[in-house]
Amino acid sequence: MSVFGPTEASLATPSEGQSWLERIPVAYWIVGLILLIMPAIAGDFMLFQIFGWTFILGLIALGLMFLGGYGGMVSLAQMSIAGVGGYMVAIFGVSAIDTISLGWPWYVAIPIALVIAMLFGTLTGWLAVRTEGIYTIMITLAIAAAFFYFARQNYVMFNGFSGFNGVLPPMLFGVDWRGPAAFYYLTLFWAALGYLVVLYVSRAPFGLALQGVRDNPRRMSALGYNVTAHRVAAYTFASLLAAIGGILLTWQSAQISPGTAGIGPAIDILVIAVIGGMRHPVGPFIGAFIYVILKTYAIDALVTLGLAGERFQLLIGIAFLAIVFWSPDGIIGLWDRLREDRKRDPLTGRGGEGP
Amino acid sequence: MTDFARRHPVWAAVIAILAAILIWMILALWPSWLVDLIGKKKVFLNALFNGITLGGLYFLVASGFTLIFGLMRNVNLAHGSLYLLGGYVGYEFAELTGYWLLAFPAAFIVVAVFGILLQLVVFRRMEGQDLRQTLVTIGISIIMADLMLWGWGGDFYNISAPSWLSGPLETILVTAQKRSGDLVYLKYPLVRVVIFLAAVAIGVVMWLLLNRTKIGMLIRAGVDDRDMLSATGARIQLVFLGVFAFGAGLAGIAGVVGGTFQSVAPGEDIRFLLASLVVVIVGGMGSIPGAALGALLIGLAEQFGSVYMPTYAVVLTFLIMVGVLAFRPQGLMGRS
Repeated sequence: MSVFGPTEASLATPSEGQSWLERIPVAYWIVGLILLIMPAIAGDFMLFQIFGWTFILGLIALGLMFLGGYGGMVSLAQMSIAGVGGYMVAIFGVSAIDTISLGWPWYVAIPIALVIAMLFGTLTGWLAVRTEGIYTIMITLAIAAAFFYFARQNYVMFNGFSGFNGVLPPMLFGVDWRGPAAFYYLTLFWAALGYLVVLYVSRAPFGLALQGVRDNPRRMSALGYNVTAHRVAAYTFASLLAAIGGILLTWQSAQISPGTAGIGPAIDILVIAVIGGMRHPVGPFIGAFIYVILKTYAIDALVTLGLAGERFQLLIGIAFLAIVFWSPDGIIGLWDRLREDRKRDPLTGRGGEGP
Repeated sequence: MTDFARRHPVWAAVIAILAAILIWMILALWPSWLVDLIGKKKVFLNALFNGITLGGLYFLVASGFTLIFGLMRNVNLAHGSLYLLGGYVGYEFAELTGYWLLAFPAAFIVVAVFGILLQLVVFRRMEGQDLRQTLVTIGISIIMADLMLWGWGGDFYNISAPSWLSGPLETILVTAQKRSGDLVYLKYPLVRVVIFLAAVAIGVVMWLLLNRTKIGMLIRAGVDDRDMLSATGARIQLVFLGVFAFGAGLAGIAGVVGGTFQSVAPGEDIRFLLASLVVVIVGGMGSIPGAALGALLIGLAEQFGSVYMPTYAVVLTFLIMVGVLAFRPQGLMGRS
């Protein structure tokens, strides 16, 4: 895993006597440096459309990875929570629909949007954790659908089918944050922050307790942990990530409509998280990158191959099915397996780690 | 029934009073203040019957879903795609042969065979891994939706009912009184009534099959404890195969019914998947009577919602779901 991130062991058991700066693995320096100088290499379309979108979708899927990987709860409502975040920014902030938008300044609108989205996510979680395992998928799918239909039919608050357009990021420090390079750094910042925070939380007492709840809820509650509260709190945390992603997504396309948070996009987030892998926070970003690349270039590729360009969904579906079939841990799982194969002694056939 | 009344006397009384009011509203000639309050009786009766017949359709879809879930713990999120496939197959068959009735066995067989293939090739390999199975069904539904869009395009198809079924049925229910004193009777599409009766018949047959036959005994034992069942020497894989085929086939039949009621088009798969999800969440997972009750409730809620509060009709069904989840997470008929 030398390229994409540290092994769990290398960060979990830091050697003594090193400063925290020295403890950061080499891979982080390399990836970080490449990402930082990207605007010098890549064109505007790459920066804004490919990488910006990757970071945003990755951030939303990161919440799902946190829930699924550490909490064992697969929620399909992440995109709806992102949608709530985006809608609230449009409603409380500035948009072209000035009959509904309140036009409050960004430093009021954004916190309100985040809080409302987190409330929505917490409520969803509170409903979802009343049931277990696969029921969660169904209930969150139903909630996602309910939000989609509600937003589509409510004209008083959500402006119905057409939603809001002209939702722009604030002009802070005199920078147009929708410019390619600026937007790239904006999304990169939040994606990196989300990634690091998830990594940190996964090793903080809360994250460890959550993983304990995932592995054996009965034992954890016998130990005195409040299982339900941990699960609901996990939903709250995941919805913060989704809400940030949702606001960025709204700024990227400058509009939000029910279709943004429809059932298709909700499932796409799950596809992204599963393709990337739910065991490590880097997974969603890998998944999002693959998804965005496919979504952007698959049509051209299909046309060159002589197939109709609309068969994009088929391609995504097959890729998803193949990943679930052969590598339930996603791309990360493939990577791990490859590494283990390479370590294996060709004579004895034993793995490098075991005796 | 008496058991329920003895344990919850207050609730039983409330239900009895509501039922009495409903029966009065159906049979009586409405006084003018009631008409002023909620509109014409004809609208009310139509919404009621549409809701009940829609409930029959939902029951057909959801009973297969809940049967498969109850036995195999497999949340088949491709169930909506099976429904849509049944609709398309039924349409093609009805067009080809000219017999509407032939569409039903054709859709049942084709979709059931497809279900058997799914169970053999896909789900059997990942038995016991609930989450992975569910993810696989999502992948299958994405692929199937696109393949069907490829094959049949984005058009709306309508399976037309034969002439002996079209036309209205004169009922004995009075909707209004003309000034001359003549009574106006409600007319209702015959095909809907017939299909609803067929759904009820299928439900009854299913209940008898589950509760009165040896195969049903095997299935119920499998629902309770499938490891113990297979340890006693029952060939559980065959039971799984049979139940999956039957559940898928029911979805196929429901596709034909839906194609006759409404239309077959892309997107219907998601709609009916969601409907069956909500139905089984409300009714209780894995319970056939629960599916019937949930389907009836959701069908009625949808129809009354679209008549009396058109903007939020869809939201009403989800509110019911949220209410059930909040107070009775295992569903109305589910076992905790």
